[in-house]
Amino acid sequence: MSEKRLMLGNEAIARGLYEAGVKVASAYPGTPSTEISENLVQYKDSLYCEWAPNEKVAAEVAFGASIAGVRSFACMKMVGYNVAADPVYSAAYAGVGRGMVLCVADDPGLYSSQNEQDTRMVSRAAQIPVLEPSDSQEAKDMTKLAYEISEKYDKPVVIRTTTRLAHSQGVVELCPREEVPDKEYEKNIAKNVMLPANAIRRHVIVEEQMERLSEDACSFSINRVEMRDAKIGVITSGIPYTYVREALPDASVLKLGMVHPLPRKLIEEFASKVDRLIVFEELMPVIEEQVRSWGIKCEGKDLFTKLGEYSANMLREKVLGEKIEAVPASDIPARPPILCPGCPHRSTFWVLKKLKLHVAGDIGCYTLGAVAPLQVIESCLCMGSSISSLHGIGKAKGEEYLKDWVCVIGDSTFMHTGVNSLMNMVYNQSTGTVIILDNRITGMTGHQDNPATGKTLMGDVVTAIDFEKFCHGLGIENVFTVNAYDQAALTEVVKREVKADHLSVIVAKAPCALIPEAKTTKKCVPVPENCIHCGACTKPGCPALSKNEDGSISIDPTQCNGCTLCMQLCRFNAIREVM
Amino acid sequence: MKTRNIMIVGVGGQGTLIASRILGYIATAAGYDVKLSEVHGMAQRGGSVVTFVRYGDKVEEPIVEPGQADVLIAFERLEAKRYAHYLKPDGVLICNDTRIDPMPVRIGTAKYPENILEDIAKDHTVYKADATEIALGLGNARCFNVVILGMAARHMDYSVEDWYAAIEHTVKPKTIELNKKAFDAGYQLTGE
Repeated sequence: MSEKRLMLGNEAIARGLYEAGVKVASAYPGTPSTEISENLVQYKDSLYCEWAPNEKVAAEVAFGASIAGVRSFACMKMVGYNVAADPVYSAAYAGVGRGMVLCVADDPGLYSSQNEQDTRMVSRAAQIPVLEPSDSQEAKDMTKLAYEISEKYDKPVVIRTTTRLAHSQGVVELCPREEVPDKEYEKNIAKNVMLPANAIRRHVIVEEQMERLSEDACSFSINRVEMRDAKIGVITSGIPYTYVREALPDASVLKLGMVHPLPRKLIEEFASKVDRLIVFEELMPVIEEQVRSWGIKCEGKDLFTKLGEYSANMLREKVLGEKIEAVPASDIPARPPILCPGCPHRSTFWVLKKLKLHVAGDIGCYTLGAVAPLQVIESCLCMGSSISSLHGIGKAKGEEYLKDWVCVIGDSTFMHTGVNSLMNMVYNQSTGTVIILDNRITGMTGHQDNPATGKTLMGDVVTAIDFEKFCHGLGIENVFTVNAYDQAALTEVVKREVKADHLSVIVAKAPCALIPEAKTTKKCVPVPENCIHCGACTKPGCPALSKNEDGSISIDPTQCNGCTLCMQLCRFNAIREVM
Repeated sequence: MKTRNIMIVGVGGQGTLIASRILGYIATAAGYDVKLSEVHGMAQRGGSVVTFVRYGDKVEEPIVEPGQADVLIAFERLEAKRYAHYLKPDGVLICNDTRIDPMPVRIGTAKYPENILEDIAKDHTVYKADATEIALGLGNARCFNVVILGMAARHMDYSVEDWYAAIEHTVKPKTIELNKKAFDAGYQLTGE
């Protein structure tokens, strides 16, 4: 009997890549897709995998590897798919050498994202086939199938997951790796060079491919009709399928493993066999709108929301008319995520708050600088946007106005797309102040390396990109590296540089409090006899500090890492540092 | 067997993932179909986190829904209150009797509710203990999660040996002995 193991959806996809004989994989970390690469690296004796600086790069690496003749892969969260959209739309025209597969992870319910976009919409626009598994076993199986489809139809294929699938564990049966022989590289300018004259011919082929795939999909075993009671028929896919099985065990189901292109004939046939047809899909009505466009009557978003995650209870309420009695208590304070105790970002933000500066923010743990009690970050769109937004603010309101502004961007986010924006500031003569929050790691996604950390996904030690040298190379003269925990030094340099009539970059540097580099036995402890109960130390909201009933403070020794921010804020020597 | 629904709730960073993985391992080793659902990402930075573990002959959905939990394991009182409505009428709450103030309470925009466990005890069976204190006594505050798991184990159908095996396969090798001690300490608590 083969081995069975409990695996995360993401872990199962990594296993599927290994078993499918994939040789090159590239990715930028993004919740909920990150663990795919983190698990893939265990197979590094059989394949190459890397962290790329961004998703566009990752998709292009996968394309190159594919036309060079090996099975290739890139993965990303759904907003990363936008970054990768440029190569992806054209790769749909060029097609593949050996199979090329992308995994794109959606986040219904916004557990860790800035929007709730639907990967199926983007993929439809890009003419890319999409597979959607319902559990870990299917995640592994469909990953392997995706390569067969990619090679048979000469298309990159997307595996769409959601947070619930990516971060759920299920039992998976392991198989051995199947080595796939490399395909000889073929010089094929008409196919691989997207000049207008070539692309116009490729577009004809793209349309033919999608039509053929749509017809063939009617007999794919992953598009499965489960006929039971014909009173209710549900068309569904992915995790929502499991809710249907839970809440409506007697209903007939058309379970779609391929959600683009849709198997039209199979859907028409299923619709004709059931009395009431319901489309049950999270986020956008992608399947529903197509079904309706074919003149088939169905229910969908008239019953279910476009927002957040679905559940079995939702079906019990909306389809069966049951009332769910269990409701949450009403008086529960929220518990939003916060910056960790001893986080270097808190120290930097405190300086910016004290100086009453406006702050354009970016994507990372430090976006939490928008949350009380700090509330310093005033804008945040997407990766890299802080620097370009600041530039736009300056161009709109002038150099004097910009003296009340800075932008903040993490080290990994700066490498991702911040660099382009900084080039723009140099080129178009901005006088803004850019603060790189350099915590030596990609933090929010769970500590991945990046081009500035000096280590690769496969563990190789490499040259770390040096921010000072990098900025000097762009022609920026005023670049300053400061210890992020040093309130006095940081205050001085920020105060000076925001008022200056030139572009400057400040690197606020200190390792993330959670990584080994930051490990310390240092602690801060209260000195109660000096404390006047003013509360200044608690204002930045460090979770290790708490106010006692009498106004004195306690510092939790299990949480404190001796960052000394509280000590620097105390004017009465009522906090001291111990080793 | 009918599917059993277990939930572990707490504050991001408290170690809910390790506890759920121990549970997942023990149910898989017993030959059940198992699904586990975890929270990664932003909420792990001190936010409210929930993990679902379901096991039985055939498990469909990976989450536990309101009104369905057989056992709710809470690492903190406020989180017990937040998820108490997930319990079945005959469901059991196992709670670490400790308080961690969320930011709105710390900055004075919200009040930490009083009498949380007393209120839940009106509708459900509640077992509680200050597991953090017990873990500190064992020399490492962080292993309180396994102390609580030990308490919960009294309400599940596995032997102590099964639990030991699950711990051995799940935690870091260096911490196996500590975690077994933590489990024993929790298993001996009645929590009433």
